[in-house]
Amino acid sequence: MRLSTYNFLTSKAIKGVKVGFPLKLTIAKQDVVESEFNPTFIERLLPRLDWSGIRLAAEVAGLNDDIPAELPANVAENEELLKKLHHLLLEIDVLEGQLECPETGRVFPITDGIPNMLLNEDEV
Amino acid sequence: MACIKLKKLEEYLHGVDTFEKPKIKLEQYITPPHIASCVLYNIQTLYGDIEGKYVGDLGCGSGMLSIGSFLLGAGMTTGFEIDDDALNIFQTNVTDMELPGIDCVLCDVLTLSNNEKWENAFDTIVTNPPFGTKNNSGIDMLFVQTGVNLASRAVYSFHKSSTRDYIHKKVKDWNVKGNVVAELKYNIDTSYSFHKSKSVDINVDFWRFDVSEKNL
Ligand SMILES: C[S@@+](CC[C@H](N)C(=O)[O-])C[C@H]1O[C@@H](n2cnc3c(N)ncnc32)[C@H](O)[C@@H]1O
Repeated sequence: MRLSTYNFLTSKAIKGVKVGFPLKLTIAKQDVVESEFNPTFIERLLPRLDWSGIRLAAEVAGLNDDIPAELPANVAENEELLKKLHHLLLEIDVLEGQLECPETGRVFPITDGIPNMLLNEDEV
Repeated sequence: MACIKLKKLEEYLHGVDTFEKPKIKLEQYITPPHIASCVLYNIQTLYGDIEGKYVGDLGCGSGMLSIGSFLLGAGMTTGFEIDDDALNIFQTNVTDMELPGIDCVLCDVLTLSNNEKWENAFDTIVTNPPFGTKNNSGIDMLFVQTGVNLASRAVYSFHKSSTRDYIHKKVKDWNVKGNVVAELKYNIDTSYSFHKSKSVDINVDFWRFDVSEKNL
């Protein structure tokens, strides 16, 4: 699971959960998969992402110092930051770990790189 | 323009491993590599909907459409699938082919619209949905509806040609423009050995849905 994908996941489908975001991420095993840097792609992706979720991901992945507290207004001209975001969001691959619902504590395991977001019938 | 030759793309897609024990209830059969490569190549060359785009694949199975999209230059591709056996093969395919920008989520596609985070997350959605022949009639259009919700540019999908008029009418309600990009004929039963004796080719339409003015 890439950390860009993490940014979209919620536990809102659980009965009674109001927001279900951000999920509490724990990483037991991560890998880095290098990929071609495409600044335009990152720039276009950013408005769809939640900055607090990006910050959380950076913290858990141990890349805290790379990501500023607020999204700078001129990010398009800041190639250095775009590269760091590319690395964090598209190159870090979470292989083992878990996502936890902030409201109910329900755990969604990440196994072999696959987050399991399936719910039982009695949870929805 | 495409960043890879059609022939090369098809060659790669022939290397995508398929379902090991296809589950009939989930309508698990792959998009044949020849067809997958042709339609994806056309999505890119005719409409520019893949290169540099964020592409989502609903019911991604072992990854044929996700992998094809990534080879055509997608910035990133995410697949959604309800069956973890299929996703394990998906992951093996991605690792074996050493493709960097592809991941997947184990979930029910029909619940994705409940999470507004996914709304407009993607530029383009591709899907080869279950056709709804296993006591789940209408599921193909629920996949399209989910796709319309998740995409900001276009949704591409396969449907039985016999449903063409119905689909035209249905998507109008969402203010989505649909057109049939290709008329195909293929055998979807080949993966179920006990069907072999009576399996026949069926007529399938490949659709493009323009969602830029959607109103769901
Ligand atoms: C016709 S196959 C296509 C597989 C793959 N996309 C391909 O083109 O080779 C349909 C896929 O949808 C999956 N599927 C069926 N119902 C689903 C659901 N509710 N949510 C997610 N995936 C589903 C099946 O397991 C199967 O892998």
